[in-house]
Amino acid sequence: MGRLQTHPVVNSAQEVMDAIEESGHDEKLDREMAWTNAINFEEYLQEWMCLACSHSSKPSKESRRDGIKMNTRGLRSQLKDSVPVAGLCPQGAYGVQDTLRSGFTSVKNELLPSHPLELSERNFQPNQDKMNFSTLRNIQGLHAPMKLQMEYRAARQIQRLPFLQSSNLALDILRGNDESVGFEDILNDPAQSEMMGEPHMMVEYKLGLL
Amino acid sequence: MALSNVFETPAAGFNFDNAARNAALEGLFDGQTPKPLKTGTTIAGLVFKDGVVLGADTRATSSEVVADKMCAKIHYIAPNIYCCGAGTAADTEKTTDLLSSNLTIFSLNSGRNPRVVMAVNILQDTLYRYHGQIGASLILGGVDCTGNHLYTVGPYGSVNKMPYLAMGSGDLAALGILEDGYKPDLELDKAKELVRVAIHAGIMSDLGSGNNIDICVITRPGVDYIRPYQVSEYKDKRKTKYKYGPGTTPVLTEKVVPVKLEVVEETVQRMDTA
Repeated sequence: MGRLQTHPVVNSAQEVMDAIEESGHDEKLDREMAWTNAINFEEYLQEWMCLACSHSSKPSKESRRDGIKMNTRGLRSQLKDSVPVAGLCPQGAYGVQDTLRSGFTSVKNELLPSHPLELSERNFQPNQDKMNFSTLRNIQGLHAPMKLQMEYRAARQIQRLPFLQSSNLALDILRGNDESVGFEDILNDPAQSEMMGEPHMMVEYKLGLL
Repeated sequence: MALSNVFETPAAGFNFDNAARNAALEGLFDGQTPKPLKTGTTIAGLVFKDGVVLGADTRATSSEVVADKMCAKIHYIAPNIYCCGAGTAADTEKTTDLLSSNLTIFSLNSGRNPRVVMAVNILQDTLYRYHGQIGASLILGGVDCTGNHLYTVGPYGSVNKMPYLAMGSGDLAALGILEDGYKPDLELDKAKELVRVAIHAGIMSDLGSGNNIDICVITRPGVDYIRPYQVSEYKDKRKTKYKYGPGTTPVLTEKVVPVKLEVVEETVQRMDTA
């Protein structure tokens, strides 16, 4: 004759209370998950750097005076990263077309189709990174892409002045580009570029003073 | 000269600066814009008992003119993988070159021969990234540790794995022959003959294919690249050197006038040979 073990009825109330407590715990977890999902590493780092640094050194005072973030790249050169549709973002200092440098505006020029691949090619690397980091976050947790992005950030800063050619060796190794050959290695090699920019202007553009 | 409108060094890779200019020029040329060199091809491949046979014709056309009569359309990818290319000639060349370089780096790193699926995946990623702007239709065939494989990759990145394939402008004719004659596990001679007949059908039925037939047999022991496997019977007797012996042109009259020269001044300069 076997014995059937069942939970005694008296403990069911305890169970219900436990369940409620657990769901409360889940809410906290949900909030944390929402925070990690919404986090943007660049902003997060900026916050910490603002908090942690005293802002008393000369370069940081100047950059704060100009109203841009404490970042070696000026606002205008930062805009270049997120490539928008042509024409919707005029590049002058006050949002007006910079006639001296880019010539007269013409609606036809803005509407004329650029190459279908232009936008997708410029955004290819950032999009790949985003995809890879988000997959990595889903597999290994937030720490993995954060650490990688920290390394990328550090490697990106090892550069020569803007008008000189930097090898970007550390960044290439991190990305894995040192072991592959692509069109960017053969075509339009920046070291053999036909056009040379004015050094002072290029440095000013990078610092956002232009 | 340092230009004042250049703010950043141009990014490496494709440069789209002339896209707007080209679009404007297209209207002016009235539809007769210069066209890139296409291969207008018949390429075919099939898997047989011991490996893979690839075949291709050798004509490269530039619109209506035959630009190259001995074009090599079977490209080397790896010691065990070869690739036939149809479409724009430069695109197939460069894409297969890049693929071959990447696979060589891989095999140097890992010490193994690359697998055909790796080549296919790399090609698919590259071609999809460029959304068909790179006009390369490729048939990849190879023998690796997992067996004999034949794949086709289209210009937009589509991949197909089949025991027999044909691509290019003459593919319909070639595919008809292949569909009729293909059996699994053919012998080497029958396989070569079938591919030859398929390419021949493409050559006969398509204006863009012609001249000789190249065959490439890939097996586990090695590769046999037979170029040309069959020479076209329509050969022209063109002299490559145009030299005319004396007496070709008749001499009508001859008049000799001696020119008197007198020495006016003579200077000797010694060379400093120390």
